[in-house]
Amino acid sequence: MEDSVIPEDSVIPKAVAPTRSLARAVEDIRQGVVQRELWLHLGWQDIKQRYRRSVLGPLWITISMGVTALGLGILYAVLFKHPLPTFLPYVTTGFIVWNFINGCLTEGMSTFITNEGLIKHLPAPLTVYALRTVWRQTLMFLHNLIVYVIMIAIYFSYIDHTYHMDTAGQTHPGLGLWSLSAIPAFFILALNGLWLTLLIGIISTRYRDIPQVINSLIQLAFYLTPIVWSPDDLFGSGGTDRTWAKVLFQFNPLYHFVQVLRAPLIGQHVDWWSWAIVGGITVVGWALALLAMRNYRARVSYWV
Amino acid sequence: MVSIDVWNASVDFPIFDAKTRSLKKAVLGKVGGKIGTDQKAPIIEALHDITLSLHEGDRVGLVGHNGAGKSTLLRMLAGIYEPTRGTANIVGKVAPVFDMGVGMDPEISGLENIIIRGLFLGMTRKQMEKRIDEITEFTELGDYIQMPLRTYSTGMRVRLALGVVTSINPEILLLDEGIGAVDAEFMKKARTRLQKLVERSGILVFASHSNEFLAQLCKTAMWVDHGTIKMTGGIEDVVRAYEGDDAARHVRQILEENAREDVHD
Repeated sequence: MEDSVIPEDSVIPKAVAPTRSLARAVEDIRQGVVQRELWLHLGWQDIKQRYRRSVLGPLWITISMGVTALGLGILYAVLFKHPLPTFLPYVTTGFIVWNFINGCLTEGMSTFITNEGLIKHLPAPLTVYALRTVWRQTLMFLHNLIVYVIMIAIYFSYIDHTYHMDTAGQTHPGLGLWSLSAIPAFFILALNGLWLTLLIGIISTRYRDIPQVINSLIQLAFYLTPIVWSPDDLFGSGGTDRTWAKVLFQFNPLYHFVQVLRAPLIGQHVDWWSWAIVGGITVVGWALALLAMRNYRARVSYWV
Repeated sequence: MVSIDVWNASVDFPIFDAKTRSLKKAVLGKVGGKIGTDQKAPIIEALHDITLSLHEGDRVGLVGHNGAGKSTLLRMLAGIYEPTRGTANIVGKVAPVFDMGVGMDPEISGLENIIIRGLFLGMTRKQMEKRIDEITEFTELGDYIQMPLRTYSTGMRVRLALGVVTSINPEILLLDEGIGAVDAEFMKKARTRLQKLVERSGILVFASHSNEFLAQLCKTAMWVDHGTIKMTGGIEDVVRAYEGDDAARHVRQILEENAREDVHD
């Protein structure tokens, strides 16, 4: 760019920053947020389109979640010999939260690939498509929350006070005003979904193997994260010393993301470091996403 | 101040096949050394060393063969492809009409599509709702506006797209050849509207294979060939160089006709 020949009588206006600059990346994100009417609409349209001409419509999201959560909850309660009234809300809520994270990841990575037509034909900020994806996942989450509400209504009396999931397990404070911390927790999760979509979306557009890698690991991640099992199960109820397991599963960042949102919703104990880890990842993730946006934002339309 | 200034801009497309696009190749390739082909993806230089400068009131037609780079040039001017080398400085609100199907949902009504199209062009829902009546009138779609878009013919879609972009007062209007699907009568109507739009402080760049449309909409022309601008000048001269005397004569005829009509109006 520096060595290009510029006609002598012309002056390059300084209004526009160079293609590869942080200013342009930030401007893309800012402009994306400004155009919220667009992605709010597109996200809704995605949901409606999927269930067009079906009688129950988006309610199918709720129903399939309810059926899966109930099935998994009962199965694992029997397998691990957990009492149903505390274990079923645990599995249901965990599964709903997981579904949101999973959706942000798997649909986030293909965001730009699926929006290829729009990207090539209309000069909208890339962030619009990322926000569309995260908003769609948010709408799915809200639909699934109906299952949570029903579950809590049934088992409320079991978890509105201090309780144990298992006789040998951790003490949980129970539902209370502090449960409202689920709202900022969800906000933080969505914020993470956004950087994830931008970052993985750009990488996946360039390297089409990445979605395959993620797809093959995501199922494993589901079982490694305490969702259908509880950390209590690791804490040696059979008398064996499993301290290593206690430490090891904490290294799974997904656990902390699930925990900060799930725990307040069902009145469970949440360690302070879960919040610290989630906060740290949010900052690092956004830094990486900004870097990717700075360097490769303008390349996406070439790569799709 | 509306302007388009492009200096020595090139647009290079990397051509990824399955091999170069995979991470495996990028990671393992460094270890194994190169076998056969170059590690870097081959490049197609769609635009090469483009320098142009457009100002308020310019109405430029792009002519050239298929694959000459007309559409890529329009996309660069729209800011979709930022040049890989060189600079493109576009100042003004851009409204592109490239593919009529993109960004439109066939299942929802023309009315809803008008609003979405507007949202994509940076308008708000409220602003678009105010323009609905005007657009409906311009497009002459009548009650069809309430029908799902899939029932529309190509020409009707073009009318809709043109109605939206011209209603939002864009400063830079970029049209690709797709708009040729409308009938002559509507084209005449569109011409007056587009001319007024450009006069109001704007730039129009229009790529087409139809000399008739070019002559109706544009003042000057550019001949794009092999990714470079081969010639810039009056529309008649450029068409003569590109297609020969017969075509140029036809263009002159239309220009004279237009001039007569404009006086008549």
